[in-house]
Amino acid sequence: MILDAKLAILADAAKYDASCASSGAAPRNSVGGRGIGSTEGSGICHSYAPDGRCISLLKILLTNFCLYDCLYCVNRVSSNVQRARFTVQEVVNLTLDFYRRNCIEGLFLSSGIIQSPDYTMELVVEVARVLREEHDFRGYIHLKTIPDASPELMQRAGCYADRLSINVELPTPQGLAALAPEKDGAAIRRSMARMAGHIADARQSRREQQGAAQVVSLPGSTRRAAAPHFAPGGQSTQMIVGADAADDRTILATSAQLYGGFRLRRVYYSAFSPIPDASRALPLAAPPMVREHRLYQADWLMRFYGFAHEEIVPARQGGMLSLDMDPKLAWAIAHPERFPVNLNTAPREMLLRVPGLGVGSVDRLLASRRVRRVRHADLSGLRVPLKKVLPFVETVDHRPGRLLDSGHLQAFFATPARPVPLAGAPAAPAPPVQASLFG
Amino acid sequence: MDDATTTATDAVTTVTLGHATDWAGFRAAARTLLQGGRPPQQVQWFTAADAAGDLFAEGSGEAGPAAADDAARAPGASFSPDAPPPASPPRVPREFLQRCERVVLHRDPGRFALMYRLLWRLAHEPGLRHDPLDPDRLRLQHLDRAVKRDMHKMRAFVRFRPVPEPDGGTLHIAWFEPDHWITEANAPFFARRFTQMRWAILTPDASVHWDGQRLHQGPAAQRSDAPPPDAGEALWLTYYRNIFNPARLKLDMMRKEMPTRYWKNLPEATLIGELAQTAQARSTRMVEAPGTVPRRRIAAGPGRAAARPAE
Ligand code: SF4
Repeated sequence: MILDAKLAILADAAKYDASCASSGAAPRNSVGGRGIGSTEGSGICHSYAPDGRCISLLKILLTNFCLYDCLYCVNRVSSNVQRARFTVQEVVNLTLDFYRRNCIEGLFLSSGIIQSPDYTMELVVEVARVLREEHDFRGYIHLKTIPDASPELMQRAGCYADRLSINVELPTPQGLAALAPEKDGAAIRRSMARMAGHIADARQSRREQQGAAQVVSLPGSTRRAAAPHFAPGGQSTQMIVGADAADDRTILATSAQLYGGFRLRRVYYSAFSPIPDASRALPLAAPPMVREHRLYQADWLMRFYGFAHEEIVPARQGGMLSLDMDPKLAWAIAHPERFPVNLNTAPREMLLRVPGLGVGSVDRLLASRRVRRVRHADLSGLRVPLKKVLPFVETVDHRPGRLLDSGHLQAFFATPARPVPLAGAPAAPAPPVQASLFG
Repeated sequence: MDDATTTATDAVTTVTLGHATDWAGFRAAARTLLQGGRPPQQVQWFTAADAAGDLFAEGSGEAGPAAADDAARAPGASFSPDAPPPASPPRVPREFLQRCERVVLHRDPGRFALMYRLLWRLAHEPGLRHDPLDPDRLRLQHLDRAVKRDMHKMRAFVRFRPVPEPDGGTLHIAWFEPDHWITEANAPFFARRFTQMRWAILTPDASVHWDGQRLHQGPAAQRSDAPPPDAGEALWLTYYRNIFNPARLKLDMMRKEMPTRYWKNLPEATLIGELAQTAQARSTRMVEAPGTVPRRRIAAGPGRAAARPAE
């Protein structure tokens, strides 16, 4: 099979993984090296596909042959999809070629499971080793690890990769057992815990070494080699939304547990997408994509806005986030007793709960009010969505009036009901991107 | 080489900076004006390129028509300060200076006046440095963001094409059209990333070239100076076509992050129309197709799968 045909199959097979981040790596460049590549903190999105997703990494499978039978997956053993397999060298060459063209930040390599988890993981690690050791490649590498692979292989993967991930796939162990019979939820979590341990250890020893370097500067003291990095970009995971019956409350509870327990950098939510040759056991239609978007917004609230997961989805809503409005606005409307928030006196935690105010705006408000009183006109200067913010705040020259008392807020913000967009319908309004989740 | 001319009458001081991104010239002139107590409403800022088009500006004859093309580099007439440089320049936050250094790269003709006004106000209004919501500061921040975004988009959307060189090596050449005067300021990023490559980035303002050792700055270029697609680019197009999920078409989101003005220089953008048009049909076909009966083409025994690589 020619390379072009393999690439078509193995890129197609990888596109259901939502992650494409290339951030979090330790800053480095290729000055003084033998090869090419750099990472400077935040990643770069080199292109966007018509599905609105960023293309930052060459995201491919080493092979889409797979022994497992995860029902939601296009590569499962029982799927009739066409199969292909790259050689290690082919992946290395593609990565370097795309990188030289400045099309990518690096490689995100995953694989179907062939022969055995260890055999597969070994090949995946070999790609990273060749890139790093033979080509001195200093771009980004994200490896998808296989939970049943041996701890030694995982350890080696972490030495070459900037980021590691294992997908938990489904929000609950029951869901996983039903849809991915060969996968073991407990084993996945054990792997995550082990990697979290390695990541923390490596950080700790690098910190200690840096500390020691500053304190001990005895003449003639031997310089030790730098403590090794282990996946400095941390680990991430992905959950499929809408392939089983798990509600948003359950999904967010799982995320909170993953963030807390394993210090994950990101949990990705991937609305179950219709795949060619779908199993009969699955819903054929996709969940509305806006549900995925609301989950990302809720996730943001947990990570940056001080919300606890159980606050975000009230039990009485049937455990689901509102599709009509973002979760922060929904929370504010459900808690009129907490508003209006006085922009000149309220603590930071409360400013963060105002719909339409992002972290950056809040910090600027806090700085300004130390030297003077914040006014209505300042909000325009901040370019925040006034319609959203004004009903919830008061300033020297603005009070929200009766809107808050009268319970009219719900009506004020209600958007006219629109039909749930069909998957792929071009008319579907595009939800805002994550970077500007709350403006 | 960053020179500015300053001409003063009682009412107005006119500063003509050497070129569009003359940061050093601006700093020197601003420092002198500030020390001389010249308030911002009495100062007018021009660059050599503006001067070429302004019949009333001093020195327009010398700058000549070439100044417009070479604005990013051409030094103007030599700087003759009204007053000796002050012993202690006014102290401003380092972050403010860094921001101004980027804002110089913006194409907004009002940038120098804005920066001088802010400098003046910082020196005379002690509260200003603590007030990020001040309209002048917000304006500066807005310009800064636009420059940063443009630099980021250039890092993202430059596409190199390999061209063989006489010595058997390869030169990677890209054509890019930035919104602002960022080409030279952005070149070190590419040098850090592609240190062991030889490359050149050509833009309508300037060109930069890395020979593996050092950066060289060159004249403005034209699109036709850059090479056409090569055979290897086809693999990138294959990747782009196949990483797209037709069940999730979101063109607005794509355009927001990859505005259409960049498309003409992105090889993959030629595919967008076709991919978008066929997405609905492909997606409907997937949803409507009945669940298939699994044909276990690969037995689940270890070793069997690997024995059938699709070679
Ligand atoms: S292990 Fe499951 S999810 Fe992974 S490729 Fe195989 S079938 Fe797909």
